[in-house]
Parts: sequence; C-alpha cells; structure tokens
Amino acid sequence: MNIVVCVKQVPGTTEVKMNKETNTIIREGVESIINPFDMHAVEESLRIKERLGGKVTVLSMGIPSVAELLKTTIGLGVDDAVLLSDRAFAGADTLATSYALSMGIRKIGNVDLVICGKQATDGDTAQVGPSLAEKLGWPHTTYVRKIEEINEKFIRCQRMTDDGYEVIEMPLPAVITVVKEINEPRLPSLKNMMRAKKAVVNVWTADDIGADKNLCGLKGSPTQVVQTFVPVHEVRSEMIEGNAEEQARKLADKLLSMQFPAGRR
Amino acid sequence: MTDRLQADCISPAGKGACFVMDYFLTEEQQMIKELAARIADEKIAPVAIRYDEEGRFPRDIVKVLADSDLCGVYIPEEYGGLGGGVFEMALVVEELSRACGGIALAFAGTGLGTYPIMLFGNDEQKQKYLPDIAAGRKLAAFGLTEADAGSDAAGIRTTAVRDGDEYVLNGTKQWITNGEEADVFTIIACTDRNKGARGFSAFIVEKGTPGFSFGKKENKMGIRASCTSELIFENCRIPKENLLAREGMGFIVAMKTLDRTRPGVAAQALGIAQGAFDEALKYSKQRVQFGQPISSFQAVQHMLADMAIQLEAARALVYQTCRYIDSGAKDFSKESAMCKVFASDMAMKVTTDAVQILGGYGYMKEYPVEKRMRDAKITQIYEGTNQIQRNVIALELIKGLSKK
Repeated sequence: MNIVVCVKQVPGTTEVKMNKETNTIIREGVESIINPFDMHAVEESLRIKERLGGKVTVLSMGIPSVAELLKTTIGLGVDDAVLLSDRAFAGADTLATSYALSMGIRKIGNVDLVICGKQATDGDTAQVGPSLAEKLGWPHTTYVRKIEEINEKFIRCQRMTDDGYEVIEMPLPAVITVVKEINEPRLPSLKNMMRAKKAVVNVWTADDIGADKNLCGLKGSPTQVVQTFVPVHEVRSEMIEGNAEEQARKLADKLLSMQFPAGRR
Repeated sequence: MTDRLQADCISPAGKGACFVMDYFLTEEQQMIKELAARIADEKIAPVAIRYDEEGRFPRDIVKVLADSDLCGVYIPEEYGGLGGGVFEMALVVEELSRACGGIALAFAGTGLGTYPIMLFGNDEQKQKYLPDIAAGRKLAAFGLTEADAGSDAAGIRTTAVRDGDEYVLNGTKQWITNGEEADVFTIIACTDRNKGARGFSAFIVEKGTPGFSFGKKENKMGIRASCTSELIFENCRIPKENLLAREGMGFIVAMKTLDRTRPGVAAQALGIAQGAFDEALKYSKQRVQFGQPISSFQAVQHMLADMAIQLEAARALVYQTCRYIDSGAKDFSKESAMCKVFASDMAMKVTTDAVQILGGYGYMKEYPVEKRMRDAKITQIYEGTNQIQRNVIALELIKGLSKK
C-alpha cells in the first residue's frame, strides 16, 4: 500500500501573536512544528504500513527550511519525504495549496491512500483535505476516528460526527482526514532517527511537478483577504449586591430586560 | 488535585539541559540523550508519583523504551543492539532517572543482568539471550546478594552441583532488582565450598525453569516502581551450557560486571538529583515569602549554587569515568567506585536540600521532591555500599603505591 501523508508547518504555540501594524502573524521567536493533527495522520499511515507493508511518503508545501521538519517524520518510520518549494507557490490559499499538493501526488505516482490531519492549527479551515480529493478526482472522508478495514481495494472507516459516528466505505485510491482520537502518535526510534540524519528530502519546484503557475500561489488563489483584525477582548462585569434572594431577583430582572435576538430567547 | 500539582511541577521537556555544560557528546550520544529525555518528560513524569505510590512495575514504559530502540544501546550491533558502551547506558539511565529513579531501574537492572553475558558469555549464549534483551522483549536481573552475603559477597550459600549434563541449584537470593519481572537471570552460586571466593561460578537461569520460584516481593522506602524480589532455587536443574565462563570464575564475573555498572548507579543518582534540583530551582522563583520570591534570598541562592556545583562536578566525573571505561581501559575498579560514591553522596545531599527549599511542601507527597530523597538513598547502598566502595578505592591506591 502506497500512502502519502500531507503535513503542514505551523507555529508551535496556540497563543499566536499578531503584529497590529501589518496584521500578520509574528513568527520571530516562535518555534515551528508539524501541525499536531498531521502527526496523527503520520501515525495512522505507519500503522497501516506495519499491517499491510508498502511505503509512506510525507508531502508538504512550504519554505526550504520545512525540509528539516519533514526529517523528523522519517525518525518516526516514514520512508520518504517530498517538499514542494518554489516562489510560485507563495501566498497560496487552500485551493491553490490543494492544486499543488495534487500535482505532487500525481508525480509521486501509484498512490493508494492520502491521509491529512483534519485541519491545521493556524488556519483552521479544514478545506485542504477535501479540496485535494476533488483535484485528484478521488472520494474522501473527513474526521476519520477509526479505520475499520483497509485492503488494496477499499477502505471502511468511522467518521466522527457531533452525536456519534458514520461508517463509510470507499474504493481506493481515496483521501481521508483524521481527528486526534484515531491514535496516539509514537515517539521516534533511534534507528529511524539515525536514518533521518542521513536522509535527503526531495525538493520539487512548480516545474518539477508540471504545475500551471496560474493555478499556484497568490495567482491561483481566489480568496481575497479584505481585512484582518485582532479582536479586542473586553470584559464588563457588574457585581450584584444583597442577600441570595435579592441577588437572584435582580439577576432575573436584568436577564428579562435584556434584548436577545429573535430565536435565541 | 494530585494530578494538577504534579503537572505543575514537571520539568519542561529537556529544558534541564539548557543550563548544563557541553560535554561534547557524539551526535549519536546526543540523540540517545534527547530521546531518553523525551521519554522521561512525556511518558515517565506524568506517571512517576502514581507508580511510586502503587509500587507498580512500569511495563508500559519498558514497551516505549523497546519501541525507541533504547533497550539495546549498550549491546553490540551483531546481537541486535546499537553498539554503544557504558556511557550510552549511563546517558539513558540519567535522563530516565530525572523523571523517576525507580522506573529507570527496569532498564538499568537489565543492564546489570546482561553485562555478565556480554563480558563472559560464549557466542551461543550471546546469540540466545542478547537479541531479545536488545529488542526489549526480555528483561534481565543479576542475583548475587543473599541474606548473609551483602558487603561480604564471599558469604554466598547458594550452591550449584554438577550432575551429568546439568547443574542443580539450591539456595535463596535476596533483594534482586527486576526480580519476578525479569526473564533472564545471571546467578552467582558456589560450586566448590573449599575454594572460598574462587569456588563461585556464574550461571544463566531462565524464568520458568522448574525449581526456580519467587519469594517475597519487598516493600521499599524508595525506587518503589522497581520490583525487588527473593529468588528461590529448590533442586533447580539447568543445562551445563548455562555456565558462564568456567567453574570458579563466578566472583570475577560479578566484580567485572559491577565495575561496569557502577557508573550506571552513579548516573541514576545524577538523574534523581537533577530532577530534584530542577524542581527546587523552579519552586524558588514561584514561592513568595516576605513579599518576594524566596530565590531572592541569599540563604536560598547559596543552597541552589552549591547544589548546581555538586551536580556538575558529579556529572563531569561520571561522564569521564564512562569514557575511560569505553576507551578499552583494563582496570578501572577505583574510578568506577569513585564516581558511584561521589554521585550517590551528592544525590543524597542535593535531594535533601531540595526538600528543604520546598519546606513543608517538600515534605508532602503531592510535591515531587520527597520521592527523590527516598529514591536517592538506595544509590548509597546498592551495588556495593559507599563504605565498601571506599575500601576498594583505598586498596587500589595502596596497591598502586607498592607497585612503584
């Protein structure tokens, strides 16, 4: 089974700070990590490989330094790493990203399954997985919490929903995106870490993957960011005085006098 | 409540390393240290207090170590290990002990049981036992101590009598680390009562051999996540192929093994002390008395400085001793004893001071320093008490003088 896992570099913190002047993320001094959901995708690919054999390739699009980050997945047992890196890819939205990734997957060739994390912790769109499946013309299932069965022909998995799960069976090749409930990512092993030290990450440009540059990067991104702003967190509080009964009455009066929007009463 | 307190007190991943001297480790040693540190911080630290309280053997952690290839760092590559030496073993023990000295002992105790096979085993014996130990599928233990044979190892009463193609073992071993959790045991027994220490021999005994059973499991002051048991041999028959080296070599097998594993005890002490120091330093910046953090008081500052000095001095001695041994040195009983004594006495002092800095909180089980003080104590006692170590050191010094 040939598996490709798509991973993204994200800031290694949940407390992202914005530069208020330029409205961009402050990346200085923030360590980069692989998107945590993608680590679950890597883990699942390794488990499938351990059962069925085959090959796992990680694929990412980003600046050249992402190559070092991809090597850490080799330390976990991944066979090969591919980085799509080219000025033409800069400024890509989810559509342009999934186009570039799909071309990378076509170049890798003979892929049976693509696994992505359900979303990235920086953009939080959850769009690249499904969009990538569309570009490849393959079926997909999002929010996979368990793979019930997989073989050369099909995959049957549990898709997590708000109130339970759905069981979905798809023919291969296909794309799945996984939630963190699917597994617990492993730690690296020494032998794989040593392999990772020597490993060479394949870096492919837009030309290498035969991508149409009009569909890549900023040019290929229909998303228009009109404005971004840092929300101002303001907490206004009012202390209600009196004994318990008086406090309850005052609170009830206050709630009743408030104007709630229709339907949320 | 306990969980929250514990979480607050866990040292951040490998951060202890940022104010530690550069010891010019090789790339591979650095990798080993970092991986062991991650396991300590991510897997051991969250369970250390609970396993200590329950006296629970860390099977799950052994699995993690096995999956990470750490179990075989000191075992030759031809037997499935990574081909490192005493230093690589010590680096793992130190990092694991930073989170829990008891859990680290599942690894270190296996080293103690494995070295006799590595040093004195023939190729068949090595082929049979080392790959499973290197892969973490099997744990090992070393059986020397008996009720009446502690510091005076020559007091061993367990006997092994040759009977055709077999040896028949009888006797009881006491306080055996990894005890009933281990699979492969190196046992020192008496084959010739008339020859004293030259009448001892070393044998490999497998768990499950008829006549081999486990007695009392000890309830200990510290290293409670480690299993310490009695081994009972009642007409236990083992094939003669399980003899290590030759008859009469038992005492030498034991001594040569201990020379190589004492730096492991030293590394355990080092890790325990480092863990306690990290907690004390962090706490001193958080704890406010008289309107300021206690780290601003010179009395506390000097304690912290002394702890750091002793830690670094011990680490320098332990690392250098390991390098000396791994360089192929022939006789290093003295150096090995020195690093064990120094590091374990240091650990007792540093962990006691850590409890002192945390004050009343330090005395409470919810805070992770009293455990380290309990764990540190054993390092002054086992694998040769520090008094016996000093005997060894003095004897070597005097011997050296008379050679001149």
